[in-house]
Amino acid sequence: MKCQHCEKPATFHITELTEPTGPQILHLCEEHARGYLTQEAASPAASVAGVLAKQLKLGQTADELAKLDQKECPVCGITFYDFRNAGRLGCPYDYTAFEKDLVPLLVNIHDAQAHRGKRPRRLAPSADRQAELIRLRRDMEEAIEREDYERASEVRDKIRGLEAREGSGGGETSGGGGQAGGQPPAAGGGEAAD
Amino acid sequence: MQANAELNELAGRCGEWLRGTGPESDIVISSRIRLARNLADFPFIRRCSPEDRQAIERTVRARMEKLEGWSDVRYVDVAALGEVDRQLLVERQLISRELADSEGPRAVAIDPEEQFSVMINEEDHLRIQVMHSGLSLQAAWQQINRLDDLLEGSISYAFHQQYGYLTACPTNVGTGVRVSVMLHLPALVITRQIDKVFRSLQKISVTVRGLYGEGSQFMGDFYQVSNQITLGRTEMELVEQVGEVVPVLIDYERRARQFLVEQSEQDLQDDVSRAFGILCTAKKISSEETMHYLSKVRMGVNLGLIPDLPVTTINKLFIHTQPAHLQKLRGRLLGTVDRNIERASYLQRHLGGGPAELN
Repeated sequence: MKCQHCEKPATFHITELTEPTGPQILHLCEEHARGYLTQEAASPAASVAGVLAKQLKLGQTADELAKLDQKECPVCGITFYDFRNAGRLGCPYDYTAFEKDLVPLLVNIHDAQAHRGKRPRRLAPSADRQAELIRLRRDMEEAIEREDYERASEVRDKIRGLEAREGSGGGETSGGGGQAGGQPPAAGGGEAAD
Repeated sequence: MQANAELNELAGRCGEWLRGTGPESDIVISSRIRLARNLADFPFIRRCSPEDRQAIERTVRARMEKLEGWSDVRYVDVAALGEVDRQLLVERQLISRELADSEGPRAVAIDPEEQFSVMINEEDHLRIQVMHSGLSLQAAWQQINRLDDLLEGSISYAFHQQYGYLTACPTNVGTGVRVSVMLHLPALVITRQIDKVFRSLQKISVTVRGLYGEGSQFMGDFYQVSNQITLGRTEMELVEQVGEVVPVLIDYERRARQFLVEQSEQDLQDDVSRAFGILCTAKKISSEETMHYLSKVRMGVNLGLIPDLPVTTINKLFIHTQPAHLQKLRGRLLGTVDRNIERASYLQRHLGGGPAELN
């Protein structure tokens, strides 16, 4: 069998089940299959964008849409438009910041909106403090960008302070602000709490 | 954990999952499960500054170094690797094409058996993967669940009470689990039943794709079945969902093979023998052609049409004849033409120099 796009033998037979029109079989040579799959590799984003586009067209006016696109995450700073374009979120807090608009998307993709699987065994540190850390890291980066090193070092100290309390993130040194210094082993070690 | 970017020795060996010893391994190549996890206090990768990426890499590495039982785990700084080495890890299914091709601080931890690997700074901060030979989803799940618990003991994951483990792409949120089984279905392809079979699976929410892993080199007649959704079901339910489909496919493939043996044995033998003959005698051969014929030979071996050729040898050849492996095994960079010559000679050496008498 020849490749659908050239004269070479088709050695890859790709069956797409996600097409709305039913399963689609593609017979491709290695080169065209590679091209197809590379394009395919980028498709989670594309499919997210596709689902979003459909979903947004229902029930929203152009005005509402434009407004939604400008919505910004206060923690990482991405706009809903950024997300729509890239198909990727900017930080964990986006799930809260864009919650109202993400839930219909989740239902569309997963046919569900609540997690039923495993949960971290150790007590998660406060989400607020973690969001604060992400925001501070962004502040620091921006300060460095505009060469405001005084501000950057202030922010860095704040980050270190939070990290020390957090027992996560930050430096790789054992003596630093990480969990070695921050928490007794019983509180930090998940394995012990079997 | 060993910080060791020396990959030459890796090239000559083969991972546990390639041994072809697992259940149903005449048809099922491997069972793979991956988990997507993110650190709670960093932005997702696309919003990470280079400093953030470095901090993530160092933090995770430091945590891994303290893990019990991880003294043999190899830690590879992917950013420091040359192109061929990165490609080697992709061919080996230890890292994704995306991790190989991206930029900035990124790494992978690999266990000596190559049963698990943990990618750092891929699409999510962590991508944990476990791969077993044959159909072995339950064992793979147990192993990855333990690994996840172990890592979670010292890393705070981004987790939401309602939405579960938070991921960069909403298609992975919740469990963050992708369960994949790689099947070799040549008889369904020859008998042109493959689309019919897959159509019958359509109502179940699994994806079937004819490729070799996520964006890596792919091979003819290999298909991957995986779960489509990650939210709203438990990990076990998702594992079972894929696990239920696989025996159906195995059964179809076995019946198709049986049909070929009964209805057109001479054609089948001719096809397999020619494929084997070409692999044993060609003087230069592309990887595309190699895969095409190896696939036929693999089926021939499993049907007893080629004596004295272990399926492990064939499994290894699929990997070892890929570009980066060939170059590492040869010990130097080779252009396409030289690779085709090297590949032919490698095949000859490992298939015993020529076709033995065929059944």
